[in-house]
Amino acid sequence: MTTPLVLGATRGQSAVVLEATDLRRTFSVGSRLRPTHVSAVDGVSLQLRAGETLGVVGESGCGKSTLARMLVGLEKPDGGSLRYRGEDVTAGRLRDRRLLRRGVQMIFQDPYTSLDPRMTVGDIIAEPLAATRTLTGAKRRERVAELLDLVGLSPGMTSRFPHQFSGGQRQRIGIARALALEPDVLIADEPVSALDVSVQAQVINLLGDLQKRLGVSVLFIAHDLSVVRHIADRVAVMYLGRIAEVGDTATVYDTPAHPYTQALLSATPAVDRADRGRLARRRVLTGEPPSPANPPTGCRFNPRCWLATDVCRTEVPQLRELPGGSGRLVASHHAEQALAAPVV
Amino acid sequence: MGAPLTDRPAALRVQGLSVTFTGGPIEIPAVRDVTLDVGRGEVVALLGESGSGKSVTARAVMGLIDEHTRVDAEVLMLGDVDLLTTTTEQRRRLRGERMSLVLQDALSALNPVLTIGDQIGELFRVHRGASRKQARRHAIELLGLVGIPGPGQRVDEYPHQFSGGMRQRILIAMAIALEPEFLIADEPTTALDVTVQAQILELLDSLRTTLGMGILLITHDLGVVTEVADRLAVMYAGRVVERGDADSVLTRPAHPYTEALLRSVPQAAQRGGDLLTIPGSPPSPGQVPPACSFHTRCHMAIEVCRTVRPPLEPVAAGRLAACHRSQELLNGVPA
Ligand SMILES: Nc1ncnc2c1ncn2[C@@H]1O[C@H](COP(=O)(O)OP(=O)(O)OP(=O)(O)O)[C@@H](O)[C@H]1O
Ligand SMILES: Nc1ncnc2c1ncn2[C@@H]1O[C@H](COP(=O)(O)OP(=O)(O)OP(=O)(O)O)[C@@H](O)[C@H]1O
Ligand SMILES: [Mg+2]
Ligand SMILES: [Mg+2]
Repeated sequence: MTTPLVLGATRGQSAVVLEATDLRRTFSVGSRLRPTHVSAVDGVSLQLRAGETLGVVGESGCGKSTLARMLVGLEKPDGGSLRYRGEDVTAGRLRDRRLLRRGVQMIFQDPYTSLDPRMTVGDIIAEPLAATRTLTGAKRRERVAELLDLVGLSPGMTSRFPHQFSGGQRQRIGIARALALEPDVLIADEPVSALDVSVQAQVINLLGDLQKRLGVSVLFIAHDLSVVRHIADRVAVMYLGRIAEVGDTATVYDTPAHPYTQALLSATPAVDRADRGRLARRRVLTGEPPSPANPPTGCRFNPRCWLATDVCRTEVPQLRELPGGSGRLVASHHAEQALAAPVV
Repeated sequence: MGAPLTDRPAALRVQGLSVTFTGGPIEIPAVRDVTLDVGRGEVVALLGESGSGKSVTARAVMGLIDEHTRVDAEVLMLGDVDLLTTTTEQRRRLRGERMSLVLQDALSALNPVLTIGDQIGELFRVHRGASRKQARRHAIELLGLVGIPGPGQRVDEYPHQFSGGMRQRILIAMAIALEPEFLIADEPTTALDVTVQAQILELLDSLRTTLGMGILLITHDLGVVTEVADRLAVMYAGRVVERGDADSVLTRPAHPYTEALLRSVPQAAQRGGDLLTIPGSPPSPGQVPPACSFHTRCHMAIEVCRTVRPPLEPVAAGRLAACHRSQELLNGVPA
């Protein structure tokens, strides 16, 4: 995919804050003698505009966390470029990293390993504040207490160590730390997955509130489709390192045009007990789950797609807009057909 | 009340379990007087707010505690084995063989310097006396079973080379490797997208039917609970506040906390608006309000809730709740 696509162009007005163009990342794994290559992210382009929430969903292992790490400068892309507020920061020079750290923060998927076990929670949250040296010690402690309160933890817990917290509590510590500097972009990798619904609702409301007050842009990675539907303005669906479909949340959820999006939506568990057994009726994806070490040629979804034809096995489908518009883009040779035959 | 609520033979019976952390300046009672049972071939879901004591309960049942933790229980039985009288060594053998735990924190539960194949294979070598080659074959088979693509290629990789959801599935593979009769799965699907989650739930379901495995499923995902649970127990601030069969609890909660929990789920209808939350924060175990510990956040609280702790009592056939106003809640009296 060579032509950088302007995703979300329909939104128009607000400024682009973070822009990724054709990002790629491949890992070598296996023995040194017989290395295999895992193509984790393969040509992803996206734009994040001021104040919007872009949801990213997709199968486990499809490259979401790798993409997120590239967006905050923690992982260097093998190809493509990254711009923050118009500045090219792809090279990862010291000044690029400083610029990114000031404005772009990440909430990590793994709340356990992202917290230093030897530091108290107070120190963990104060760390970004200390690094920028903008507040006095007393002010910092005040800010830490405020942040803890914001994520629903008691300020009395500052001297405890990470292992003394439950899973959800640790996830909230990570959120408090990410919010410490009031970033203007938040890359949130499964920020609520370890939280029970009520605390989850608090955190989601908190993110919404920050967005309204400060105009923060959020890239929200989640596997919980109902959460994404609730908070995202736009959604990008990833499949095996590429974007399969991206568009306004309502358009993608109500009229999915990529067969993979259709399968994904049909597998959502029901919250209504009467609807139990929905999973048994879902569109089951046939075939082996794909391996990024050995991705299928052409459309990467073709071996599991019920609409696949010869062209799918040879030609990579480009993201394109369907006639009749609404700004949604889809990378499937058979999007029209999929759209005409929705899966329920 | 100690009598099992199910007629199946018990895979696990817990009565009066309390867990206290003694390492700090004050003792922290994280779990108090918990009674639970899981029948063979049954899925019991354990729900509750973050920090309510679910993982601590799981670790105590498995005997995975350190010297700064005190565990008391009246009954702790795994099938016919009394876990209160087994030695540390006997417990260690039982883990993996007859009971296992899928830990909530997937990465820290895996050894970073061993390949995945070696870690899964070790189970077969230690417990089944398998050869290296057989162990590796078993490992590959299990990785395939939990949906890791290209298992043959990836078996020799290290934990950090896998995605979050893959690590979680590797833990599940290790927990079911020896086909134990009882499994505790602590948030086993939090990192999984819905399609993979559906596969894992089906896998657990088939183990439950073919092997009669009893499963205690700790989760905050009500969609998952709805889909697979036979019965459920709800914890709040270290105690079980409601127990019963999943159908009736989910449609008609008898505790205001359960009710509030069900209302916090995002629904398609209210997109964008604020989600309903429970006012206030969950209490930390050192400072639980007296009497009913939920009264400070409860919209139905009355005077008695502030002075007398409601016991966990039968409120309807096969159901228990610890609330002074359960009957009103069940009868749908507007609060
Ligand atoms: N450091 C690494 N070395 C080798 N392979 C890696 C590394 N990091 C990620 N991968 C591989 O890249 C692919 C994408 O991983 P990534 O963590 O981005 O997935 P994900 O979409 O976040 O999945 P999940 O939903 O399970 O968290 C996986 O196949 C993973 O095994
Ligand atoms: N080692 C410890 N020392 C002191 N307190 C602890 C320790 N481990 C856990 N706790 C506390 O015990 C309480 C219960 O923790 P637990 O991990 O069981 O919660 P949980 O119900 O699993 O929550 P989550 O849904 O967030 O995982 C928490 O308030 C936690 O802070
Ligand atoms: Mg991830
Ligand atoms: Mg837990």
